[in-house]
Amino acid sequence: MSHHTISVRDLGFAYPDGTQALDGVSFEVGHGEAIAVIGANGAGKSTLLLHLNGLLTPEHGSIDIGGIPVTKGTLADIRRTVGMVFQDPDDQLFMPTVAEDVGFGPLNLGLSPEDVAARVAAALARVGAEHLAERPPYRLSGGEKRSVAIATVLAMEPSILVMDEPSAGLDPRARRRLMGLLQGFEHTRIIATHDLDLAAQLCERIIVMGGGRVLADRPTAAVFSDDALLEAGHLERPLGMLSCPVCGAAPEGDGSAPPGAAAARHT
Amino acid sequence: MSSVASGPTALDRLDRLARLDTPVHRVDPRAKVITTAVFIVCVVSYGKYDLLGLVPFAVFPVALATEGDLPLGFLGRLLLVVSPFALVMGAFNPLFDREVVAQLGAWGVTGGWISYASIVLRFLLTAGAALVLTATTSFTGICLALQKLKVPDVLVTQLLLLFRYIFVLGDEAHRMGQARRLRSFGRRGMGWRIYGQMLGQLLLRTFARAQRIYLAMMCRGFDGQIRMNRRLRFRTSDLVFMLTWSAAFVLFRLVNIPLTLGHLVTGLSS
Repeated sequence: MSHHTISVRDLGFAYPDGTQALDGVSFEVGHGEAIAVIGANGAGKSTLLLHLNGLLTPEHGSIDIGGIPVTKGTLADIRRTVGMVFQDPDDQLFMPTVAEDVGFGPLNLGLSPEDVAARVAAALARVGAEHLAERPPYRLSGGEKRSVAIATVLAMEPSILVMDEPSAGLDPRARRRLMGLLQGFEHTRIIATHDLDLAAQLCERIIVMGGGRVLADRPTAAVFSDDALLEAGHLERPLGMLSCPVCGAAPEGDGSAPPGAAAARHT
Repeated sequence: MSSVASGPTALDRLDRLARLDTPVHRVDPRAKVITTAVFIVCVVSYGKYDLLGLVPFAVFPVALATEGDLPLGFLGRLLLVVSPFALVMGAFNPLFDREVVAQLGAWGVTGGWISYASIVLRFLLTAGAALVLTATTSFTGICLALQKLKVPDVLVTQLLLLFRYIFVLGDEAHRMGQARRLRSFGRRGMGWRIYGQMLGQLLLRTFARAQRIYLAMMCRGFDGQIRMNRRLRFRTSDLVFMLTWSAAFVLFRLVNIPLTLGHLVTGLSS
């Protein structure tokens, strides 16, 4: 049995004010897959993510992580397995220094101080932020905060990474670095994003959400070549799949273009 | 810049000062916290009209600030910023208490003025000592000391998060103020009513953020206690620091040193 799989069945959730945020959401994610969840604002993406490690409890339906149902009794295990990177790194970095923040989770897991220090060093090295260890989080740049927020989750050594808008607010270079980083991970990844180029480049499969439902769950190329679906989801084709705005040349399939580019060109 | 936004700047500077490396900075946080607590208890335990006996206590913050390489001007300005509270609190004493208790040249000094001066002096001493403590220990260091001294976790967590998020809150308040100024013309839009509504907004945003932070903490196994991977070492020198200063405070409290000195001098000259 693998801990890296997710199975969501008929998930429904309404907020206390009556908003039906999720309405019969079902999907499966296999070991090591990278999935993007896209859709308009208010489509239910963030609400869905909050269910994946039990921060919200569904009204009906169920979620299994690696074959274990998400219930009150399994929360500790689930949260160790599913690492969650929030949209605003300021929400995630609450400790006085970066090193202490990255060590927060491992210390709560009951590891020894030496093991914690080793994990902190490894996680910071993974995201290239060793030099920030002693800095207070409020003095970091947006890109640095994002890297450190990812390190805080990596230090827990989760099998599944769940990310909400990882590229929001990053400058182009920081975004490019982040994408390189995410591409190198072997975890099962679920990324909710409005950054369609990022989705096209990092994910083999895309779940399109709208009005709390799954509008489509298909391979990346199939989603971005279906204009009717994109229209229904308030989306558009990634820039990397559009013709050049200056010369009108079609995108090239030289490896720099996203995986769906070629398919999009031929439909 | 609004005072809400400039507050964090001063805190940031305090935090940077706390990263200096001087003998005072190296004293164990617990020793400094306990010593400062003894200092404050001694200072506030004085009677209403005591003034002279308080003066020797100034040695503690001044000595620590000098030894700790702290910029006295900066600390002085911070004291001024927080002083209106004390200045207003005692402001009515001179009005109500008009009994003349001493004669200073032509000016009959009333009990009200003396108790007012005593309040202000006590405020300057205690707030000064607290500032010096923060600037030589760091806010986090103080929290860590409190945690090791078995102060309840709820309180320590509150203090830690307060210090972390006051910067975020300051930024948010600053942005809101800016947005208002951009769309206010003359007096319109700058009234108190709007100010109140903005504070309400800020409070709601704070609730929402607190909720998100709590979720993020839950994700990483928060169980009510914030654990910090820092080791403190309480050395003999820390004990000496704590006992020497505490003994000095008790001595100051029991013996009115300026008065005794005065008696000695006048006794010698007569």
